[in-house]
Amino acid sequence: MKRTPTDMPPVAATHVRENDPRWVRATLIAITVLFLGIFLALPLASIFTEALRKGIGVYLASFRQPDAYAAIRLTLLVSAIAVPLNVVFGLAAAWAIARFRFCGRNVLLTLIDLPFAVSPVISGLIYVLLFGLHGWLGPWLNEHDLQVIFAVPGIVLATLFVTFPFVARELIPLMEEQGSEEELAARVLGASGWQIFWRITLPNVRWGLLYGVILCNARAMGEFGAVSVVSGHIRGLTNTVPLHVEILYNEYNFVAAFAVASLLALLALVTLGLKTAVEWKVRRDRAESAASREGSTP
Amino acid sequence: MWHIGRTNSPLPGFRLTLGYSVLYLSLIVLLPLAALLAKASAASWSEFWRIALDPRAVASYRLTLGAALAGALINAVFGFVVAWTLVRYSFPGRRLLDAIVDLPFAMPTAISGIALTAIYARTGWIGQWLEPLGIPVAFTPLGITIALTFIGLPFVVRTLQPPLQELEVELEQAAASLGASRWQTFCRVLLPTLLPPLLTGFALAFARALGEYGSVVFISGNMPMKTEITSLLIIVKLEQYDYTGAAVIATVMLGASFAILLGINGLQWWFNQRHRAGA
Repeated sequence: MKRTPTDMPPVAATHVRENDPRWVRATLIAITVLFLGIFLALPLASIFTEALRKGIGVYLASFRQPDAYAAIRLTLLVSAIAVPLNVVFGLAAAWAIARFRFCGRNVLLTLIDLPFAVSPVISGLIYVLLFGLHGWLGPWLNEHDLQVIFAVPGIVLATLFVTFPFVARELIPLMEEQGSEEELAARVLGASGWQIFWRITLPNVRWGLLYGVILCNARAMGEFGAVSVVSGHIRGLTNTVPLHVEILYNEYNFVAAFAVASLLALLALVTLGLKTAVEWKVRRDRAESAASREGSTP
Repeated sequence: MWHIGRTNSPLPGFRLTLGYSVLYLSLIVLLPLAALLAKASAASWSEFWRIALDPRAVASYRLTLGAALAGALINAVFGFVVAWTLVRYSFPGRRLLDAIVDLPFAMPTAISGIALTAIYARTGWIGQWLEPLGIPVAFTPLGITIALTFIGLPFVVRTLQPPLQELEVELEQAAASLGASRWQTFCRVLLPTLLPPLLTGFALAFARALGEYGSVVFISGNMPMKTEITSLLIIVKLEQYDYTGAAVIATVMLGASFAILLGINGLQWWFNQRHRAGA
């Protein structure tokens, strides 16, 4: 699992080879456009069509429900807690793994990827088994009047689990590739650890970090399976936006369901746009630095 | 934990960052997973297998495995064509198509689920044409396969793109100059190089599809023994307060996911060995 699609795809325009016969090219391009059109573009278009089926007035009214409002607020709250926590972890793990060699390093790398291999439903279930009434810590929590499952803390924990690897796995390969020469030079010149981190490491990895945060946030706001298991679906209290969409849909309130869903579809489009922009920016920087290196060494 | 000695780097912060990483990993990931295994092993050996091999559970495994396999196969074929086209040909809209390949990652699964259901329902954009032909899609295994194809597509395309870009022009030119036709060059020279990443992408799509929940539950109809996937069965057991049952089924599923993951790592190891031997 060292390379999966969440790594930045090194797509570039310089690999075009048009030596296949024209009819082969035409056929393959047609298949690609049709396949992506039916499987990707059509679902995207259907969300907005269904949402606007009864006009813009009904569409906008779907957001004026107190339940919708509460769901949006909860989703923002959960991702505002989960994303920063995973950023801190990602930075710490990348520093330890990319800058030092130690026993168990590969085990740690594999364990960081573990949540990606676990089904969303199981990601929720494990917290129910840990914190639920019949779980390990359930009786103790109950005695102290603390509630984790069917409450906001459980939703935050499940979200933390499913978004756990995003930032770390973006930063670790990036920091390994960059090497530690600049940081070592700063150390020799007398910089403290925090100075090195704030002035050298963080600026160097800022685009990779942003990329990880974008993906982490999209998943945090859109997670359904894991959150659905721990939430308890209490209206106005423990419903995130995806769960609110499910409830509306199951009540046959399709226009409202698709209207709220269109918010998340917009979020997905913004995510894709930002992600592509960061990829282009990084590629251009890399090409420029490679060009300047070639220019300086005759 | 493992032996945590000073390493030879003069940079500070090793103990702090490693300590924090291990602590956070243990609390968020390892401890809850341990709770699952503990719950599952609380069942006796015969009890475990009675739950794991219950006819309803077996029907759900068969459906999940079959639909995930079918989806991954569709993705292997069409994902190959998509990756090939996006890397090697230039045409208007190529960059846009390349960017939306990641849509299934960016889109919340529940939203994909209701969108696919709307399209393939009896009155939907595609459903209304398939229904008269006697091919109902929504609420059948075919609908589940379509949802799992949607969710797995980026894995195959994104795994194939880098090796497709690295293919050497000289290789194709040499084959052509030795008198090979385009088709022979493709089958004998290009395909063998692309087979390992294709298999990896296929396995990644398959692994993701096995555990998928959000995009499937709306289109599947959720009939026990017929259109109930394993993820849903876990939720059903939870709703009946059957925690042991849920934990047992989840353990079986987790075991399957890890086995596939191990297989993928083996594949990549084999790929790297071959790559090195060839270089």
